[in-house]
Amino acid sequence: MKISRRQLMILLPAAAVAWESVLAGTPEESPNYKMSEHWWGMLVDIDKCIGCGNCVRACQTENDVPDGFFRTWVERYHRSDWPMSESGDVTTNPLIAPEVISPDGGKEGFPAATDESGKYFFVPKMCNHCADSPCTQVCPVGATFISPDGVVLVDQKYCLGCAYCVQACPYGCRYIHPTKEVADKCTLCYHRITKGLTTACCEACPTGARQLVDLKDPKDPIHAFLKTHSVQVLKPQMATGAKLFYNDLDGSVR
Amino acid sequence: MSGVEGYMYPNEITLYWSVLIVLYPYITGLVAGAFILASLERVFRVEAVKPTYRLALLTALAFLLVAPLPLVLHLGHPFRSPEMYFTPHSTSAMAMFGYVYMWYLMAVLVFEIWLDYRREIVLLSQSSKGLLRMIYKVMTLGSTNISPRSLAIDERVGWIVTLIGIPSAFLLHGYVGFIFGSIKANPWWSSPLMPVVFIFSAMVSGVAGVMLLYMAISKLRKQTIDMRCVDTIAMYMFYIFIIDFTLEMLDLVHRIYEADESFRSLDFMVHTQLYFSQIVLQIGLGTILPLALLFLTQVVKLPEIARKRIYVLSGCLALVGIFAMRWNVVIGGQLFSKSFLGYTTYKLALATKEGLFVAIALTLLPLLFLWILVKLLPPWPEESAHAPAAGD
Repeated sequence: MKISRRQLMILLPAAAVAWESVLAGTPEESPNYKMSEHWWGMLVDIDKCIGCGNCVRACQTENDVPDGFFRTWVERYHRSDWPMSESGDVTTNPLIAPEVISPDGGKEGFPAATDESGKYFFVPKMCNHCADSPCTQVCPVGATFISPDGVVLVDQKYCLGCAYCVQACPYGCRYIHPTKEVADKCTLCYHRITKGLTTACCEACPTGARQLVDLKDPKDPIHAFLKTHSVQVLKPQMATGAKLFYNDLDGSVR
Repeated sequence: MSGVEGYMYPNEITLYWSVLIVLYPYITGLVAGAFILASLERVFRVEAVKPTYRLALLTALAFLLVAPLPLVLHLGHPFRSPEMYFTPHSTSAMAMFGYVYMWYLMAVLVFEIWLDYRREIVLLSQSSKGLLRMIYKVMTLGSTNISPRSLAIDERVGWIVTLIGIPSAFLLHGYVGFIFGSIKANPWWSSPLMPVVFIFSAMVSGVAGVMLLYMAISKLRKQTIDMRCVDTIAMYMFYIFIIDFTLEMLDLVHRIYEADESFRSLDFMVHTQLYFSQIVLQIGLGTILPLALLFLTQVVKLPEIARKRIYVLSGCLALVGIFAMRWNVVIGGQLFSKSFLGYTTYKLALATKEGLFVAIALTLLPLLFLWILVKLLPPWPEESAHAPAAGD
């Protein structure tokens, strides 16, 4: 291959730029990111979730989540029809006793539904990034905290591994990392969102059932969505200020 | 999934608070209870329990020295635990532990024991030899004045320390109850009664523990058991036990009657996984039976030997029952899913960091400490007079 002097003049600076980015490794944190300008949350549209488990796999890959533990997982609810006994009496209330499965966190999808009756639907779960989070309240050293942009994070170099936060989370979103022996949980892909990217789970969702939302951004479509849809949070009676919003959430979900 | 029934959130399948966290409130409870018994004599002038006064203080100290061990051992990073002192998080109940513990250990127990034993320590530092002399010399902290006036000041200050000690003992154990009672995510724990129940059950266990120790040590030393003393202790135990049982039943009845969203799930758990430890051990054998036995001693005039046997039996049963109560709180609170749709199981490991062997060792360790303390600071007046002579 013969390269002319002119071509070399173009290629060398290009190679230099490329080499520069190779040396830099992962890109630097976005210098334009201001924590005070954001207030992060997530919107899950139950009607759009197909239970493929892409989000769980993407999260595990992106965040090196250990097997058997989950920063996000998907549940499949089966709310049966009102069961009648032979005498015609109503026996159990399916709203109180739904049938729920989440095999390996729904990572590899779900077995085929067998029961024709009732209603099946998927519920993706993850940290609710609560504004009044009970988990950060109980941490004895303040190793877990709410960032100024509304994300619940853990300083793993500081965490004692006492698991008090695991007990305090009403949603089961925390676990003790089996090898690091510190609390671990969803970071809302903080390393991504601060660079203008979305989370791994949102990125991987084929139907757009999961949407990262910035409640401080007036142009975020969440504001219009909240006006026109019936949106709920999990366990509202816990008064945690959860910012994981669900569209069309069934009353049986807990 | 093995050991899982129904649906658990996937991160809930592993239990993080093991048998060591069961031991922690159990041991601190014994401390608080033993101290309250000691204060009966000191502050409330119940002269009958005097023979157990010093033993109760030393028992409290021996158990208090061990109390933080199960906590620290259970941490993922034990060496980071000093952070709780240096950078405590103001909204965390657990962050208070270090301060409450140090306050109770140094400002109350060690100080009171030192004041109470100061005369003996000074005398022993003069009469003993070798290493022991050095130890006693250090223990005098340079204060060798044992004039009657100085001892009178000790007595006065000791009384004030005990007076401060009573609310401190309540604080120490009440706060342990608060650690559980304040977790709104867990309906098995979340109850304002939790700290109160913990305090009263602590008093029962501590009083029972010291009573048993006193009887056992008297037997070992071939001394007669002061029946007036154990009768009085048993009476107090009976009354405190009634309050404890009433509170626990109040909690239970309240839960059953309110039957909130968690009730079905918890009710099922109590009738299956916790049946033995809750209904049989805690309520049946650990509370109703000893209460009935103690009631018998209060209303029927029984011969001494029968009373002794009843006290030993009900004391042991109370200790087992209160251990079961701690178990049911700590382990029971993690067996059900916060979705109220399923249950997991707790597998007690044997030879791991948080296994059965460590738990047994931690239960026996306070007795070893107590043995050393009793050797160093004999709680019996006659022996402390003889000890220097024996050393010669």
